[in-house]
Amino acid sequence: MSRAALFFMRMRGFLRKEMLQIYRDPSSIALAIILPMVLLFIFGYGVSLDAEDVPLAVVLDDPGPEARDLSSRFDLSIYFHTHYATSITEAEAWLTRRQVEGIVHVPEGFAADLLNGREARVQVIINGVDANRARLIQGYSHGILQKWIEARQARGEPALRPPVTVAQRVWFNESSVSRNFLVPGLITLIMTLTGTLLTALVVAREWERGTMEAILVTPLRRVDLLLGKVLPYYVLGMMGMVLSVVIGIFLFGVPFRGSIGALFILSSLFMLASLGFGLLISAVIRVQFVAAQISIVAGYLPALFLSGLLFDLDSTPRFIQIVSYVLPAKYFVTISHTLFMTGNVWPLLLPNALALAFMAALFIGLAYRKITKRLDG
Amino acid sequence: MGLGTAEDTATEGAPVLVVQHLSKSFVTKKGAPALLALDDVSLAAHRGRVTGLVGADGAGKTTLIRTAAGLLAPTGGTVTVLGLDTFRDAIEIQRQVGYMPQKFGLYQDLSVAENMTLYAELQGVPMAQRPERFQKLLRMTDLTAFTRRRAGALSGGMKQKLGLACALIKSPRMLLLDEPTVGVDPVSRRELWKIVYELVEKEGIGVLLSTAYLDEAERCHHVVLLHDGKKLDEGPPRKFKDQIRGRVALVTPPAQIKPRQIQNRLAGRKGIVDATIRSGRVRVVMAQEGVQSLARAMPDAWQPTIQEAAPQFEDAFMALIPHREGHFQIASRSTAGPGADQDEVVVRTRDLQKWFGDFEAVKHLSFEVRRGEIFGLLGPNGAGKSTTFRMLCGLLSASGGEIQVAGHDLRRAGARARARLGYMAQQFSLYGQLSVAENLTFYGRAYGLANSRLQERLAWADAEFDLARWRNTPAGQLPGGYKQRLAMAAALLHEPDIIFLDEPTSGVDPLARREFWLRINGFAEQGVTVVVTTHFMEESEYCDRMLIMSQGASLAMGTPAEIRELARTPERPDPTIEDAFVALALGEVAPRGRATDAGKAGPP
Repeated sequence: MSRAALFFMRMRGFLRKEMLQIYRDPSSIALAIILPMVLLFIFGYGVSLDAEDVPLAVVLDDPGPEARDLSSRFDLSIYFHTHYATSITEAEAWLTRRQVEGIVHVPEGFAADLLNGREARVQVIINGVDANRARLIQGYSHGILQKWIEARQARGEPALRPPVTVAQRVWFNESSVSRNFLVPGLITLIMTLTGTLLTALVVAREWERGTMEAILVTPLRRVDLLLGKVLPYYVLGMMGMVLSVVIGIFLFGVPFRGSIGALFILSSLFMLASLGFGLLISAVIRVQFVAAQISIVAGYLPALFLSGLLFDLDSTPRFIQIVSYVLPAKYFVTISHTLFMTGNVWPLLLPNALALAFMAALFIGLAYRKITKRLDG
Repeated sequence: MGLGTAEDTATEGAPVLVVQHLSKSFVTKKGAPALLALDDVSLAAHRGRVTGLVGADGAGKTTLIRTAAGLLAPTGGTVTVLGLDTFRDAIEIQRQVGYMPQKFGLYQDLSVAENMTLYAELQGVPMAQRPERFQKLLRMTDLTAFTRRRAGALSGGMKQKLGLACALIKSPRMLLLDEPTVGVDPVSRRELWKIVYELVEKEGIGVLLSTAYLDEAERCHHVVLLHDGKKLDEGPPRKFKDQIRGRVALVTPPAQIKPRQIQNRLAGRKGIVDATIRSGRVRVVMAQEGVQSLARAMPDAWQPTIQEAAPQFEDAFMALIPHREGHFQIASRSTAGPGADQDEVVVRTRDLQKWFGDFEAVKHLSFEVRRGEIFGLLGPNGAGKSTTFRMLCGLLSASGGEIQVAGHDLRRAGARARARLGYMAQQFSLYGQLSVAENLTFYGRAYGLANSRLQERLAWADAEFDLARWRNTPAGQLPGGYKQRLAMAAALLHEPDIIFLDEPTSGVDPLARREFWLRINGFAEQGVTVVVTTHFMEESEYCDRMLIMSQGASLAMGTPAEIRELARTPERPDPTIEDAFVALALGEVAPRGRATDAGKAGPP
């Protein structure tokens, strides 16, 4: 038989074995399919960076209709749930006890100032323990005030002084739903799990169970071993990706504005980089427990916290930003955010794609060099 | 079939394996001295012959086989297989050899047929040849009926045969087997040897096989004896045995004397290399010829019968390997029998059952153990020994039946019963980073020993187990035999009435095993009850009574003599315990000593 025929026979045997193992071993199915779904549901439903129904105290020291008109805007907002306090002291007590997260205080003489063209003041106090949330609440209340001023102007009532208006518009994530931002990022996390954790685990398992020793003493070459592990877990990881995208679009209503082809090519690059990293770990670590620890600490956690998936990298310390450049996840988070919310913006996608291609080649190359047909390395 | 000794020096074929001045060292830690696993070993294996690598654990057998398979690079010297260098032409060699590692190398989630297909694909066996090849291998290994069963669900013996079938998938010219029979029941061991002979005789394969079972050495054509990484000697088994002809004696004790007493007296004496109990007699290997001189080493009143015996490989092994200094000698030889309350029952089970889900691991087991008895639980891996054992120690709860230990019902008064028993687990369960003294102090305190009482027992442990010079050594760094001594000292520190020993001799070399049994005998003589599990059939000779288990049920119970008697036939006038086990397992003789007979067979 020719060398090529023998090669294909070896690959066929190896791939069939991997497939049967994946199919019969509940833990790999759980890690590749079930866990991504659980993560999607937790992040999709449970974790929300939005603020809705925020309890808010309203203190109207000015009984005039202008003040009532303003406070009714807060009553009707979906972001707030208003509670009327009789005095600012009472409202402050609520805030201290965390019964409300903010106070809108309309002081005495508000209407008079307004009508006389003097500066009319409205005080907004916000619980700033959670800075992000405080900023959100601040934004919402400003928006409401702004809308109220616009409405007054439209009705031809006297403008507020100083008549400065802030024109705000949110692009891409028009409704500012954090889910639209989280779900595409989550796909990165899911692919890291399959690519790095699962791959490192299955190779370490072969060492632990002694099967690796037996297949090393066959005409299997290093490249066969590499391909035999890359191909099945590439397919499995891409399946997880497709599943997440489908759930994201159809269940969570996340927009997808890029092309499927671009998503396929770019996620393949990321998948290969993750796989390469997993194989590199498994080429060095032969114990499942340690392999899992390393893949979680060096693969999963950085992908979760340092990739820009949850937190904007621009606001992190310089050091973290430098570290993030060696993480494939950082590049893919950008790519996936772009594809989902903006579209095929090649000037943005291309540099990230190149970085991923380089990392995939680097990790797989290193893994190939580290894979050995000997026990003593 | 009996021991097949096919010594055939006439037809030396071309060597399939040549090892020249092979050395292999492992660097365990940076800066630490490298571990020399093989030291200047040379040997050759020929086609059509079985070459056996024989030696205790840590002798370097596995390292040598792995180097021959191209899995390890030699530190010095060369290994050539079929004329190819294992370092440079590993892939070419791997095309032509079959290799079975110690763990068999099977995929547990794959069926028998799928495992075979995988290896056929990896080895490039053409599709057209497969049906015939598979059929032949399945027939040879008796696995035809199980092709669809997952490898993980096979018994130990079947896994081992499937591993062999996978190694043979491409009709290799050389077969490398690393301890293929370890932990497998005697029936499967015999079947494996039958297959190996068939391959060697019919297909002319060269086989290199390692084993720690010394009786298996006699089945090889050529034996290489390894010890501590060095080759001690090599040659056909007959050569080894010829070296000690006239130095082996069988001592038959008179009616009133136990073989154990004779063994205790002889073992460790000057001029005596080895003394073991075999089939109710004491087998003695002497440093020099003249077996009748043994009579002088025993009291005149005993008047034992001393016969010269034909040497076995094990006798030669014991004579050849260097005996380490401080070899165990019984400190206090008690000639008096055990205490008066010999009939007191200290362990009693009735209808003991254990279910794991819908799997019945222990089936209606009933037995009794008396004070001062050594009671053995025997059987292959997976027979239910360890499960029974854990129930006796209160580590597992029973699904049904009763257990009484030291007069307490384990279900109700577990803690009180436990204070009176000592337990030595199968795996080394001491703290590796703590020193010997710290470990012992910890265990002493855990059992409630304090102050002068604790000091007294620690001093006892140092003296009894010769641990004084290791006092400050971390337990993890002790040599194997001493680890076992420490574990035993920890189990005995609180002077328990009953000690439970779970596979105390597995993974321990023959020297340490002998020493262990001598010590156990000593404790039994002092009235301590010993319950011990083992898968070494020959070790049951040291027990007063034993229970042979297979698949969770009792096959037979009785004294070693009674068990051997079961297998006595005209063709086999002097059967061993292993013969009896095989006969029982194959159903050639009816099981006996089960539930209703429990406890009737008392100590001799």
